[in-house]
Amino acid sequence: MSKTQSKRRWLPGKSATAREDFWTGLLCLSPATLLALVFTAFPVLFSLYLSFHKWGILTPDKPFVGLANYQRLWHDAEFWSAMRHTLTYTVSVVVIGSALSLLLAVMLNQKLRGLSFFRTAYFMPVVTSTVAVSVVWAWIYNPQYGLMNVLLRALGLSPSNWLVDPHWAMPAIIIMSIWKNLGYHMVIFLTGLQDIPEVLYEAARIDGASGLDLFRHITWPLLRPTTGFVLITNTIFSFQVFGPVYVMTKGGPMRSTTTILYYLYQRAFEFREMGYASAIAWVLFIIILVFSLVQARYTSKGVESL
Amino acid sequence: MTHTERARQPWWMRWLRLVGRLAIYLILLVGAVTMLVPFLWMLSSALKPEAQVFVLPPRLIPNPVVWENLRAAWHAIPMARYYLNSIAIAVAAAAGQLLTSVLAAYVFARLEFPAKNTLFLVFLATMMIPSQVTMIPLFLILRNLKWIDTFQGVIVPAWFHPFGIFLLRQFFLSLPRELEDAARIDGCSRLGILYRIILPLAKPVLSTLAVFIFMFEWNNFLWPLIVLNTPAKYTLPIGLAMLRAEIDTEWSILMAATLISTLPVILIFLVAQKQIVKSVTMTGLKM
Repeated sequence: MSKTQSKRRWLPGKSATAREDFWTGLLCLSPATLLALVFTAFPVLFSLYLSFHKWGILTPDKPFVGLANYQRLWHDAEFWSAMRHTLTYTVSVVVIGSALSLLLAVMLNQKLRGLSFFRTAYFMPVVTSTVAVSVVWAWIYNPQYGLMNVLLRALGLSPSNWLVDPHWAMPAIIIMSIWKNLGYHMVIFLTGLQDIPEVLYEAARIDGASGLDLFRHITWPLLRPTTGFVLITNTIFSFQVFGPVYVMTKGGPMRSTTTILYYLYQRAFEFREMGYASAIAWVLFIIILVFSLVQARYTSKGVESL
Repeated sequence: MTHTERARQPWWMRWLRLVGRLAIYLILLVGAVTMLVPFLWMLSSALKPEAQVFVLPPRLIPNPVVWENLRAAWHAIPMARYYLNSIAIAVAAAAGQLLTSVLAAYVFARLEFPAKNTLFLVFLATMMIPSQVTMIPLFLILRNLKWIDTFQGVIVPAWFHPFGIFLLRQFFLSLPRELEDAARIDGCSRLGILYRIILPLAKPVLSTLAVFIFMFEWNNFLWPLIVLNTPAKYTLPIGLAMLRAEIDTEWSILMAATLISTLPVILIFLVAQKQIVKSVTMTGLKM
């Protein structure tokens, strides 16, 4: 009995509607499913397979090497330095960027006039392509004639060589990235703030709460899902930084801005070491997956509340 | 807080509130100017005579305004071609992804189909796979298909993304079924219902999604960089990055090229600010 039932679930039902549903469903789902199989599912498995092989793109011989790629990774100083650079970048961008965007959102949420002007100004870098803003900022960071040093000199501060100085190239990219994504996170925070019922604030004010009390006891706890979302997506995104590095520094000077994804790109598409690059990709994947799983929990909560 | 309550506050508290508001305006204004300065710097450098670019202190307003720079930049790289390439790729990617998403989302939201919920969860799970993992194998697959250095190599892999399916399914589920039932009684097929009843209702969400995919593909850099090799096939971001690598001293030409490549997007953004902000932030995904 149960066997026939379970069998029945895989076959179109007897009624005309059920049969139409089955064939329509098959037709409608096949494009997405086929594309997902060819361009996502198979590549993920293939990537894992590659990471256990020495896979030069031009050499016909592609031997299985077991964990050799991962062992090499473990002893690869360049990999670890890329990892450190990525961590520096991610922590700075996430902490400073998120704090600034929260601050801006709280200020913008005070029922100010000119909201749309501010939103436009802060959001403009978000819609502009990463490559374009990277080119502009490379000029801003020009040691002699760039705007940044002009301003620093005008303020009586000592100028820096920015992108050509191994100590300042990464901070330069970090500043640019914070500027680029500030508006995006600000709008997300603003949406979260607007979801907090005004009644709560009114009640607290009647009880004599100060502005700081309101933030600490109402805004902060009620904004937690939004804050979590911003922190996690920002982290995932920052781990994959590539465009600014490629355009502004090509990973230099002295590899000081080589991030994980840039290193992976070099290994795969400049040195053509597909196996080794795949091992790097899998390490990156695992790191990102941890954050994605935490985020999935947040998102599923969000979905339930829809 | 009502007006009577506000009036009951002592004068100094009202005054303090006013000062606080002014301070907030001031901070936000300084911030907004900071955000805009790089754009103004680009504009200013793009229209300066080459010699004035290297003058200290720099002048913000170029004098004379050199429109010639724009023409020079337009010819420094095949700008018109890159525009067409970028538009063609972004439109084709968005159209394809919308189509596959609509069809799949409709099944997940409305039809009876074996194991559809399991399949939906599997689709959702693929959202956690970052593109770097699939990048290398995908490159090898495209090489076998002889799709390297072709537009379809950029476009076709973009036709599946779980986010659109997820978003549209949510929207379809929120629609009342009564309209469909009526059409059903009139003998309309499942696909007919999708086409005649659901899609017209879904126009706003479809356009939001379309703008999102378009913007993503328009600004996309890494994948087109890997796939496209022939300069004539470059998209705008790649063309610009290559120009930057080629001439990193002629800043006025470089800024003029950047200006040309970004101005339309900025103008469209200024006109449709509200919709675009909504499109870009509705997701957990970023550009």
